[in-house]
Amino acid sequence: MLNLSQLQPGESAHIHAIHAEESLFHRLNAMGFRIGKKIELVRQASFGGPVHVRLGSTDIILRLTEASRIQIARA
Amino acid sequence: MKRIALLGMPNTGKSTLFNRLSGASARVGNWPGITVDLMSAKILIGGHIAELVDLPGLYDLHGFSDDEQVVRHFLANNSVDLVMIVLNSSQIDRQLSLALQIRALGLPALLLLNMQDEAKRSGISIDIDEMSRQLGLPVASISAKYGDGCPQALQLAARHLEHQRAPISASEISSKLEADTQLEQQMEHIVKQSVQMPLQLTDRLTERIDRVLLHPWLGLPLFFGAMYLLFQFIFTVGAPLQEGVAWLLDLIRSDILEPLTASLPAWLHGLLLDGIYDGVGTVAAFVPIIVLFFLVMTMVEDSGYMSRAAFLMDALMARVGLDGRSFVMVLMGFGCNVPALMGTRVMRSRGMRLLTMMVIPLSLCSARLQVFVFMSAILFTTEQAPLVVFSMYLMSFVTIFLTALIFKGKMRSSEPFILEMPPYRFPTAKQIVLRGWLEVRHFLNRASKFIIFGVVMVWALTNFPSGVPAASEATYAGQIGQFFLPILEPIGIDAKLAIALIFGFVAKEIVVGALAVIYGLQGEALELLMAQQLDWVQGVSFMLFTLIYTPCLSTIATMRSESKSVGYTVLALGWSLLLAWVVSFIFYQSARALGY
Repeated sequence: MLNLSQLQPGESAHIHAIHAEESLFHRLNAMGFRIGKKIELVRQASFGGPVHVRLGSTDIILRLTEASRIQIARA
Repeated sequence: MKRIALLGMPNTGKSTLFNRLSGASARVGNWPGITVDLMSAKILIGGHIAELVDLPGLYDLHGFSDDEQVVRHFLANNSVDLVMIVLNSSQIDRQLSLALQIRALGLPALLLLNMQDEAKRSGISIDIDEMSRQLGLPVASISAKYGDGCPQALQLAARHLEHQRAPISASEISSKLEADTQLEQQMEHIVKQSVQMPLQLTDRLTERIDRVLLHPWLGLPLFFGAMYLLFQFIFTVGAPLQEGVAWLLDLIRSDILEPLTASLPAWLHGLLLDGIYDGVGTVAAFVPIIVLFFLVMTMVEDSGYMSRAAFLMDALMARVGLDGRSFVMVLMGFGCNVPALMGTRVMRSRGMRLLTMMVIPLSLCSARLQVFVFMSAILFTTEQAPLVVFSMYLMSFVTIFLTALIFKGKMRSSEPFILEMPPYRFPTAKQIVLRGWLEVRHFLNRASKFIIFGVVMVWALTNFPSGVPAASEATYAGQIGQFFLPILEPIGIDAKLAIALIFGFVAKEIVVGALAVIYGLQGEALELLMAQQLDWVQGVSFMLFTLIYTPCLSTIATMRSESKSVGYTVLALGWSLLLAWVVSFIFYQSARALGY
């Protein structure tokens, strides 16, 4: 099973599961990270920086540590 | 008086709406149980005066961020007659959850779908009546930026103001909220009934710009280039304005105040002119810079570039516990620390904000640069002097990173780094000007008394006891210098330089002038005497101490008003004094040990 930090720029997948403590889970949820939703990795910043993802109409940046908590299934 | 609360997710234009409805009349108020600034304003609505409060942006009513807690506390401790929920129409499919949460609390609410212009451009259409029917709440579509629909929304609000609310406790808020899964189902249902979204958003200008600005190789150079241009703009336009203010103040002093106070006793004359009037002048000197800074920062923030800066710089800044937005503020601190400290308000996590405010005073601002240029010109050759000044900049960066590393454990950010990347937007001129004006007023309200008091104190220290020459070693300042000599001698600072450091506490701009008074000489004679009395090791040690020990009174005053904590301000001040001494000590003693 892949997680979001392993996705390559330009690739899309569906969110399969979110492994996060309550506070992070709430935030991800409110930002639109929901199980079954389609997610696209737009780009990653240089030097191991954050990833830029697109969820529906929203663009979001998050660090790799947070991205690795989100399990995905490739579309 | 009725009270209306504005509530919404970040980046929904909530504050833009607040500014539109309140004009320039907004005030920072104190609220029970809340430690951050909340803006409020009295507005006329349906023939009555009502109080409008701008709550911080939040994603989720039972979230854990600092701002989310503030909103919960506010709703629990203050009665609210109407909640105006501001949502971004383009993101209605996920933001509607907030409206459902408010509805679940039983608060009287009105839903405002903002950025209708942007949604329309993206091909999103919303059936307002259907949504209102499904939600059981009044709904209006607006554009806070251009004002479309705002009068109608206010009429709607006036009609719904009459409802009474049942008081809620903070703990009840979480329990009253329905289970998330249930909310999600409701949300999906309502969106399906009333919103039409295209599969692919049509407004992709942002994507094209991002392809360049966030390019893997070009992104960082473009960011530094942009920062350099903004910096140059603020401080090259700001410098003549500051000089203009200084010239005007001098003119008022010499042509009006001097003749008026000439007959007064010397001490009163000194107190009024060298104390209070100079204090007012110190405050006034910051006004042009603060206005310019926020003109530029409003553009950077509202355009959406701030989250791009965070994206680009995060890999480097995360290691020292900061993020890209901190980096922007630290960079701006190299021009002037005061607006940079005020600008940290863009960071919503208190831990990260305090850490950023801790390091900003270590940025070598333009006032300190004057001291270094003066000193290095006296003590070094023309070839060496620029290198000395450059090494001060390097030292400034080193102390910034060191301080961040040391304090990052203490001031940890409580929030995960998950930011929205809004589409690029043009702020309106009105938004920009209003922000500049509000920030200046904020600075004047919060910092001016403290600064004037400090200037009067330093004036008294350097002029009393009466009968001794001003700024001489017989004054209280000289005596304080003498008292601290045992700890200042090991870093090469003598009694005269110690007095200059006490002056430098007020503002670094006056250090060079103070040296002239202390040595009793002007211009070249002063430079010759100082070159005779000091060697280069002492000079550099003095410069290092000046760089680190404390920025200026205005910075301290701003730090106190922005952090709202005297303890934190004392910690920051104490740390910089300690660090300054240690750095100067290591430099001075090793240079001497090496035989210089």
